[in-house]
This record gives sequence, C-alpha cells and structure tokens, in this order.
Amino acid sequence: MSDHTQLMSVLQQVQDILPGIPELSAEALESEHTRILGRTQGILTVNVLRALKDLPPEDKRQVGSLANQLRQQFEAAFETRRTALREAASRSTAAGIDLTMPGRSRWIGGEHPATRVMEEILDIFRSLGFTIAVGPEAESEWYNFGALNFPADHPAMDMHDTLYLDLPTVGEEGRLLLRTHTSPVQLRAMMQSGPPIRVVAPGMVYRKDTFDASHAPAFGQIEGLVVDEGISFVDLKATLIHFARRFFTADTAVRFRPSYFPFTEPSAEMDVGCQLCGGKGCGACKGTGWMEILGCGMVHPTVLTNGGIDPEKYTGFAFGMGPQRIAMQRYGVPDIRLFYEGDMRFLGQFNDVGQSEGRNVGTESGLPPARPPVRPPVP
Amino acid sequence: MNISRRWLEAFLRRPLDAQELARILPMLGAPVDAIEPIHSELGPFVVGRVLEVGPHPDPKATKVRLTVVDDGSGERLAVICGAPNVTAGKSYPFARLGTRMPGPKGFTIEARPIRGVVSQGMLCSARELGLGEEHNGILELDTDAAPGTPLLEVMPIDDDRLVIDVTPNRPDLLGHKGVARELASALKTPFRLPLIPGSEGATAPNPRRAEGQSGVTGGVTITIEDPEGCARFFAATLRGVTVGPSPAWLQQRVTSVGMRSINNVVDATNYVMFELNQPMHAYDLAKLAGPALIARRARPGEKLVTLDDVERTLDQDMVVIADAERAVGIAGVMGAAQVEVTAQTTDLVLECAWFDPRRTRRARRSIGLSSEASHRFERGVDRWGGAEPMRRCIEIIQATGGGALDGEPVDVWPTPTNPPRIFLRPARSAQVLGVDLPVRRIEECLVAIGCTVLAKPDDHRIAVDVPGWRPDLVSEIDLIEEVARVHGYGEFPDELRPYRVPVREDAIEARATRRVREGLVAEGLFESQTLAFGPAGDKNAVALINPMAAPEGWLRTSLVPGLLRQVEHNWSAHTRDIRLFEIGTTFHAAPDRGRPIEVLRVAGLISGGREPGHWTASGKAPDFELWDLKGLLARAVALAVPGGTCQVEGSKLVARSPESGFAGWGGLVDQTVPPWAAPVFGFELTISLEARSGIRYTPLPTTPAVERDVALVLPAGVTADAVRAAIITAGDASLESVAAFDEYRGKGLMAGTRSVAFRLVFRDPVRTLRDQDVDSAVTKALAALESSLGVQLRTT
Repeated sequence: MSDHTQLMSVLQQVQDILPGIPELSAEALESEHTRILGRTQGILTVNVLRALKDLPPEDKRQVGSLANQLRQQFEAAFETRRTALREAASRSTAAGIDLTMPGRSRWIGGEHPATRVMEEILDIFRSLGFTIAVGPEAESEWYNFGALNFPADHPAMDMHDTLYLDLPTVGEEGRLLLRTHTSPVQLRAMMQSGPPIRVVAPGMVYRKDTFDASHAPAFGQIEGLVVDEGISFVDLKATLIHFARRFFTADTAVRFRPSYFPFTEPSAEMDVGCQLCGGKGCGACKGTGWMEILGCGMVHPTVLTNGGIDPEKYTGFAFGMGPQRIAMQRYGVPDIRLFYEGDMRFLGQFNDVGQSEGRNVGTESGLPPARPPVRPPVP
Repeated sequence: MNISRRWLEAFLRRPLDAQELARILPMLGAPVDAIEPIHSELGPFVVGRVLEVGPHPDPKATKVRLTVVDDGSGERLAVICGAPNVTAGKSYPFARLGTRMPGPKGFTIEARPIRGVVSQGMLCSARELGLGEEHNGILELDTDAAPGTPLLEVMPIDDDRLVIDVTPNRPDLLGHKGVARELASALKTPFRLPLIPGSEGATAPNPRRAEGQSGVTGGVTITIEDPEGCARFFAATLRGVTVGPSPAWLQQRVTSVGMRSINNVVDATNYVMFELNQPMHAYDLAKLAGPALIARRARPGEKLVTLDDVERTLDQDMVVIADAERAVGIAGVMGAAQVEVTAQTTDLVLECAWFDPRRTRRARRSIGLSSEASHRFERGVDRWGGAEPMRRCIEIIQATGGGALDGEPVDVWPTPTNPPRIFLRPARSAQVLGVDLPVRRIEECLVAIGCTVLAKPDDHRIAVDVPGWRPDLVSEIDLIEEVARVHGYGEFPDELRPYRVPVREDAIEARATRRVREGLVAEGLFESQTLAFGPAGDKNAVALINPMAAPEGWLRTSLVPGLLRQVEHNWSAHTRDIRLFEIGTTFHAAPDRGRPIEVLRVAGLISGGREPGHWTASGKAPDFELWDLKGLLARAVALAVPGGTCQVEGSKLVARSPESGFAGWGGLVDQTVPPWAAPVFGFELTISLEARSGIRYTPLPTTPAVERDVALVLPAGVTADAVRAAIITAGDASLESVAAFDEYRGKGLMAGTRSVAFRLVFRDPVRTLRDQDVDSAVTKALAALESSLGVQLRTT
C-alpha cells in the first residue's frame, strides 16, 4: 500500500468516528479528544501531519486539506458534546440531584481465570456428548506410568519429574505419587464402563518443577478420551479442530505435528494460529505464528488392554491440555505465579462486569499499588 | 540436540535455509526451539590483498607497519598493521571503515590516526574474528579470490545452529544423518555421507566378527563379560597417530554443534557421535594394562576417577570398561582420566559399543552425571550399525593424524540377533487412521524411514524389517504411526462424523464443585487456587519423599493455611477488602497407610468492608463481622452440604451433614492483623458427594399471615436458639415461623439479662386467623417460655 492510500484509509477510519461523538460519555469524550486531537499523540494533530511530509506535493495538498477539514469538524463535535453534557448535568443539579455522582454497587465475585477457561472448554466438549470424569490426585506408579505404557527406566519419564508420597508401596501398583498428568483417568474411565466412552476429566496435576514464570509445581489439566468401534485419527482431527474453532474463532488455523507420548500412537501436538499476530510471527508465538494448545493421539493398544478393552475391536483417541497455559495466552498473563497469589486486583480482572466497574472488587488503603496491574503484552 | 545447517547441507548436497528448516522440521516431529546464527557477523568482511609493506613514518612507532591494501574498491588504502606476519602479495581478512567487529564488545572500525597516520581499515587475526584463540598474527587466507570478495565466500564458516527438541523415542534424530534422512524424504532429494577432507578414496576395512565373547585387534584383547549390559563391542587399534589440533573443517563441525574442539582424536569421536548417533571412545594404548578392554559389571565397592576428577564408587548394576587391572570407564557415561588420549599419545584403541539403555540410565542417575554419550545410549543407538561409525572414525583420525591400523578392527558380539521383523495389516492401518491408504503408499512411507518391506499378498500383511537406528519401532502400531507421520498428518480428512452417545453422567464431584463455585461467586467471593503443599498439618498429614523445599514437605490437610497466605499477600499489596474461596483436595493418611484419603473441600476467607463504600455514607462501609460470616456459612452449607445444618457447638459454628456428621466449621480466624486491616473470618467445609435432596414445590398460601412481635427478657445463659426451640415446641399448629430480629442490653434491664425481640408469624392453611386465635397461641408460648427457661415478656 502506498503512503498515500494508507493515509487516506486512516483518515477514513477517523471520519467514521465522527457520527458517534454525540453519544460519548464524559470520560470517553476526553479520551477520544486526546486520541484524535491530542498535542503529542493525536492522529489528526500529530501523526497525519508527520506522515504528510513524505508525500508528493499534489497528494500533500489533497490529504492535508482533508485532514484540516476533519480537524475542524472534530473540534466542533467535541465542543458540542461537551456543552450538552455540561448542560444536562447542571439541569439535574438544579433539580437537587447530581446524577453524575456514583451509583451504589455491591461486591462482585468471580471465577478463577483458569476455571473460566476450563469451564469454557468443558462446555464445548459437553455439547459434543462428552461427560465429566474425575480421578484421584494421589496415584500409584501403575496408573500414572506403567498402565500408560511408560517403559521402566525410560527417558520418557524425564518429562515427568514426580513427587513421591512417603507411604508404603501398594502391592503390584508400586509407589504412591502425585499424578503428573490426568491421563490415569483414562484407565479409570475405561475400567468403570465399557465403550462407548466419551469423557473429559479436569483436575490438578503435580510436577517437581521450580516455581517460575512459566512453570508451577501444580497446575490444572483437562484430559479427554473417546473409545468406541470405528474411532480413527480422522475423528481425532475432526473433534479437536471443531473444539479449537469454537474456543478461538471459526477461521482459526489448526495444524497437527507429530509428537511422542507413550500412551498414544500416532501421537500429535495440536497448534493453532497465533491469536495475537494472526500467524505472522510475534513474541508470544516465538516468531513461529503458531501456539501449542494440546497433545493428543490414538490410544495405544496396550493402554486399551490395560483398561480392559479389546484393542482389536475398539479404537480411541485421547488428548490433554492445560487451562492455566491457555488462560495465559488468552488473557495475556505473563507469569503463571499470578494464578496462585490470590491477589484481589488480579482475580478482579476476569469478570464480565467490565474494568470501569472494577471498583467494586475492592478498595485500597490509599497507598499506591505494590506492583502495576497486569496488562496483555502488545503484539 | 544441536544441528548444524551446513552439516545437513553436506548430507543433502544442496543449500538449505535455516528458516525453511524451522518450518519443515516441526512437521516431521522435531520442533526447532531456537536458531542461533554462527559467524553471521562476518558478513561485511572482505578479502584484502596487501600490496606493499613499509615502516611507519614515525620512527618511534616500531611495533607497527604501514601497508597498502587493495580491498577491491580500486583505491590504495593505507592501513596500519601490527602483526609480524603481514606480507606483501598475500590476502587477509579485511575490515573496511564502518565494519563492526564480532563479539559482545564489538567496536566499529573508524578512520583514527595511529601516530599521525590515518588507518583506512583493519587486517584481522583469527581471534579478532572470533575464530579461535590463536593470536600469532593476522589470518593468512589460502585463496586466489579477487580482493573485495566477501570473506564468507572464501571461508564458508557461517552457519546456523538449530536447537531441535528430540522426543525420547527418536534417538536417530540425535545424529545429523537421521535428520538428513527425514529431510531427504520430505524434500524428495537423495542424501549420502559427507566426504572427509583428506581421506579421498581411503576407506577403512570392515570389522571382522570374533567368535564368542572375545576377540583381538592389534594385540589388544576385547572381551564382553556382561553381554546384557554390553551386547556388542567394536574395537580398532591405530598406531603412529599424531595427536594435535584439528584442522579447520573438523573444528568447525565440532564447534557448530556446541562442543569444544580438543584434539583431532577426541574431535573425531565427537564428530561421529553427532553425525551417526554413535558415541565412541579413544583410549591411549600405552596406558592400558593387558593390553585389554573388558566390558563387565562393576565389582562391589570398585572406585573410579572420572574425567571430571571426581572419585566415584560404582555399584554392580553398572557396566564398566576395564583393562586387565582396573575399571577405566563407566560404560556409556564417562571415561577415566588415566587412559585418556593426550598430545603424547601415538597408539590408541577405539571403542564403538552398544550399551543397554536401562542400565546406562540407572548408572547415569545413580552417579548424577549426564553426558552426550549417556543421553544417546539411554535412548538407544543402532545395535546393527556399529561398523559405519567405526570406519568413519578411523578415516577421520587417519586423515587428520596419520597412523596405521594394526590388524583389522574386531567386532565382538556374543549373541548376534537380527533387527525385528514386524507384520503390518493394511486393514488395521485403515481402522486406526480412518483412511484406507493404498498398500503401495504404505510401503513408500516405510521405505522412506529405512524399512525393508516385503508384501505378502496371500495373508494381507506386509512384512517389515525395521532399521537398527529405530529402536522405537517394535509393534504394528509403531509402523502405523510412521505411515501417518510420513504421509502427513495434514493429509487426513477432518470431517465430524456421527457417534454413539455414551450413557454416563457427569461425576458427582464435578457437579458439586460447579454448584458450590457458582453459589459463592454470587455471594461476592473470588475463587482462588493455592498450592497443595505446606508444612506438616495435623498428625494425619502425608509427607512427600522428595519435596521441592522443606517447608513444602507435606500435603495439605486443610485449605485455610494456603488462603491465609494469600490474605497476607493481599495485605502486603495494601489491599484491605478481601473475599477469597478455594475448592480443592486435601489429603489424609489412611489408617492402613495405603492410598491417602482425598477429600474435596471448600474454604472461604473474608476480611474488610462488607460492601463498597458509597458517598451517601461518606465513603465508608462497615467491616465484615461475625454475623456476616454466619450468614455466609449458612449459604455455603446449603451449597456444599445439602441437607446439612449449621449449629453452635461450644463457642464455634459447626456444620453437620446428615450422612457423615461433622462437615466443617466457621468463625473468626486466629490471625495477626495489621493495624489498618480488618479481622479475618473464614469457613471450611467438606463437600458432600451424596446425591442432592430433591426440591419440592410448596403450595402458595391462600390465607393471610398474622405477625406478632414480642420483646422477651432472657436471663443469663439462655440463648435465642433455646427460646426459638421452646416457642416451636409449645407449638401452635398455626405458627409458621419464628425469628429473632432485635437485641437490647443495658438500661432498664436487670443486670445479666438482655432483651431479644422475636417475630412470630401465624397462618392457618384454610381459614383466616382471628386476633383471639393468635393471642391465645402467643399466651401459650409465653407461658411455656416462663416455665421452661424463665423468660418473660419485657415490660419496660
């Protein structure tokens, strides 16, 4: 796009704002004024004029006069609205009521951001005929590893730094531990009832990871499992793409990359086009244009057998994802530790009441906040 | 795993682009975590030819000379040079004015006068270019390229290091050959081993199989005493080798993957490891007793000083390599310093072996030592492919350090086996993948990864001999995955198809959690999450064997301590109004010390203002007090313990469930509060997993209610609940409800008594009550109160 067309489209966008001005609130009015006519950053007062000097003379004249015209229109519109607001306010004050005084509100509460994301994910799968299953957080080696086809003394265990419980081993099942993933629920679901199985299992999992900006020693996971006759890799792709397009947007790009999990084969990672840059590559997606959302695969025949299901007759797929990680991407939270601090200023940001009403989350003692509020990173 | 772009180019005999690789490799199963350019900062440097060398005009500047350099620009540039080796007619790397020197503190070459003469650029040494430590003068270029030719065209040393994330099932991708094989298949181009500079035509002989457990090469006896731990051992003896710095090409390869260049022999073994995924080891023959190499179990209490100068005690599960007298290395993990190749070494023995992955892993973990070699043995090297790396290593050593083989290399393999043969049913592949791929396509995919296929049309199976470098391929499903992967995951359709709906309801835990969460959010509380670890709770707490830190050594038995820490966090951020709850699991040791008992609980803490301050009340709102908590507790009990009750027991509020008794508590939390903050109230309940009692409709009343307020004087020790109970017991059938609505203490009342006002509501379901009906009911209740509790109507 040439500089000229680009400038003209900017001016067009600005012009489209004009009809809305008579309906702006007092607050919005001032912020629009700064944005469009501000002395240091205003679109018409600074940005356009600065870009103007690189244009050929005839374009310069055309764009310049248009910008000037717009500027006058905006000045007039802002002034009219300002006067109208002032008059309305003074009318009510004259009647003994100043309607600009704050209304009375009640405290609001809210779900944890990871829960919000989790519930949204579960709802999508519910609508696809999945029901919710749960399993214990303290598991045995058999359920967490052995039955899931992890070979003993295998490097696959390196990805699962495990916290072991100081309790005796439970017979053949080996040592007791905190589950490192929700995959043991796959086995429990299979043993509980035969196919058809269509479950999602949310829950906490534990890893002996150092608590830092991107790792927590405990975090949520959502496991999914489908087992029936005739379930194939095509159903895996179809179901998970459907999920991704409902959770993100209908036109989200989705890809499946080969991966490795001992309990699925073929195994894959599902990526979606980066929601921040739209696939162009940015800091959030490390320049790849893709964001990793979940791991998945066809249930390994050994796992079906361990779950008491005939792998020659039935096939299935499974998947797992982390609501905290997805919440970080979705809300632009830069540090996973924020999820575990219980900071009212943080928790208060994830509600549908709107940030301007955020006052009824809590009041401060009057001292400045110890840390600036969290803002999504600018792409 | 570090991969060099140039190394891959040498395999594929074609240029590659790092960004392109970063797009292709993830789709083959090896995501690229980072691309690190190597020597890309040398782009602006050119070949400069020195035309003349003369003394500096300033006679005192004896350490530098004035040269005239041709940089291809057509001008004769005056350049000051301090290097002793600068010679007219030779070419050197040249930095023109404005060139930025490599390195973190890289300065820019400027036209600055040196003792009165302005130098128009700089002739560079290897060290100045970041190409090594050598600083004996400027780097002489062995080239006849025209002056001005970019340096990187003459010395193609710029590279890209790709850090790829190799999953544990793919040891073959820990060598460039394996990555090249995948790329060749994706790019549909052939690949073969790169040529070794200086070894053109010379090929080392194939190793000769020894009979049984022992063989000899060049007078060195090789024995496998532990065939489970060491299945196969190739060895070769080289004599008369010159050990010294590696040539530039070898240094470049070794450093391109992040290794340090040591000498030509060590570099050769590392080269082979990064090329063919086969760790090798070189021993100084003169230092080996016997001379012999024996692969055996470590002896009880055996000790070994490893290359890192640490004395380690070995255990019998470990495989060691020993000479005739003592252990000289922990197999597959690390060698011993005493037999290492040094600059004085002339005769050496090369080891190329297969060590058991599990034993290697256990040894590596028990001594806490990880190496590039152990990483590969743990994942599995090619048991059938040892001859190629052995020949390759010999070729590189001979090309860089001369020497001659003493006898043929030997191959000790006590129990030879064949790579596994797996049968693949195309119908099974179609069942799993959902697409009935033609048999030809299936075969193509398997051949691409190195399998040998033999179709057997008579029994609808394909016999597949898997290559030795893919130890992960052991069953039919492994081959199906490979077919899907090579065919391309993206090639499979993704249309939603009908499915059978399972008859199964949501887990009761999930339904209860949702109900409690939504109810408490509606009460104005925020859901939080805490970590399930902490200091020892009660005596039934479960400890962790390997906690992150000592204060986090136990699993929580209550949610409240974690939430209290969050209250303190809020206070530290000067937040005064706090309303938090958490739904989570607590862990309690079972009486039989079996699986711990997991309990789903909810806890909440409130502190600070009861509502947002409003200007109509001068911005102030009263703080939460016990009555707020009691009301919140009642609500929480209704949500978490349907059918449960909340009662006063002793000085506490206790929740009880009809099924299991004690269900939780509520009250003031014992907590030191900063002077500006407010007291903390809390509750904790066990969430009931009983089916919720059904809600039933009550017909709406058709007759009016009659209310009576009575102010009663309660003697000390009589509770409102007792009064309420007595009124209900005295029970008129028309009494619909009774509740305390006011309390008064002080003037006009006898010491020790208080006045509580109750509202009694009467209603008859079928007729309208008359005043006298209600009066008599109240009188009856008052009489009962006086006789049972000494409670009287307040008259003052």
